[in-house]
Amino acid sequence: MAIFGLWVINKAGGLVYQRNFADGLAQLTSNEYLVLAGTLHGIHAITSRLSPMGSSSGAQVIEGESFKMTILLTATATKFVLLTSLAELNPENTLQKVYEIYSDAVMKNPFHTPEMPIRSEGFDTRITTLIGSGQ
Amino acid sequence: MSYQQPHSRVSVLSTSSTSSGEHLSPAASSTRFSLPSIPTTPNALVRPSSSAARPSIYDRPLTKPRPDVSAAAFTFLLSELVQYTQKRVSGINDLERRLNTLGYRIGSRVLELMAWRAEGASKAPKREIRFLPALMSVHTQVWRAVFGKPADGIEKSVENADEYMIIDNDPLIERYISVPKDMSQLSCSSFTAGIVEAVLDGLGFPARVTAHNTPTTQFPSRTTILIKLEKSVLEREEVLK
Repeated sequence: MAIFGLWVINKAGGLVYQRNFADGLAQLTSNEYLVLAGTLHGIHAITSRLSPMGSSSGAQVIEGESFKMTILLTATATKFVLLTSLAELNPENTLQKVYEIYSDAVMKNPFHTPEMPIRSEGFDTRITTLIGSGQ
Repeated sequence: MSYQQPHSRVSVLSTSSTSSGEHLSPAASSTRFSLPSIPTTPNALVRPSSSAARPSIYDRPLTKPRPDVSAAAFTFLLSELVQYTQKRVSGINDLERRLNTLGYRIGSRVLELMAWRAEGASKAPKREIRFLPALMSVHTQVWRAVFGKPADGIEKSVENADEYMIIDNDPLIERYISVPKDMSQLSCSSFTAGIVEAVLDGLGFPARVTAHNTPTTQFPSRTTILIKLEKSVLEREEVLK
């Protein structure tokens, strides 16, 4: 049971927040993370159009042999992505709490520009309290 | 039909705004054409909801303290307010001064409302003429009226006889604000400082009030409101002693 990383992707597909919490993830440069986030944004857009039963909110969980990726799409099209181990209990719940912190510490902060990278101390601190210290 | 309607509206407007309608150029009349419709539509939208649902803010009784306001709505409004101000200033001092001015406008209203309520509630309403009781009422009553809880402490400066401090460990205003590192001098509680300044001014204790971040490990957003009294206040205090 471990949480490896958290991404926040804005509605244009840009990575606005990325943080690792546990060892085990490949070391990537910030550019590579940007590319991955953009790709995930595209994949998510495709999955949202594949539904046979009308409209869909797109992929929510992508699972591999050793890890799981849980995606929360908000009403404003911001995506929260949590990379966890397979055994992680209830990552959806964690993401919901991250969303809550985001709306408190980022959206109510007058020094944050919407759709731009998140550089808010309050957000960092509260994410650390929620998930644990990272890098 | 299509011609007469704009014509009639233009003539109505021209009699009210200018003496002769002939001087109106076509461009002016076309811009004025949209004017009469603006005041009518919002009225039509607002009137049924305000009269049917609940009385407007002007019709509610003043004596009763208003029910709690949504903290989220307040912080969003405050955030917009800071952003709006920040776009129009050059530098931190200017920003703090503007926030102070905005708070001042609230403070003068708060004082008036509090005095009005105190007069209605107590049999022998009293006006504070000494500074310390006035400071206590700012610490307790003003804070409770504005933020819903009293402030956390009052201190007197050891070095300067004219300086007093009100301390708030977790001010509502700063709760969701993370000031960037390059502006670390900024304290958005300048807004609160403005409120305090207005109340003290209104009570007859002119002072210069500023806000300062004084974080501790336990309270990272602890804020000190520094009150620097004018000389005349201290002199009067001496006389009243």
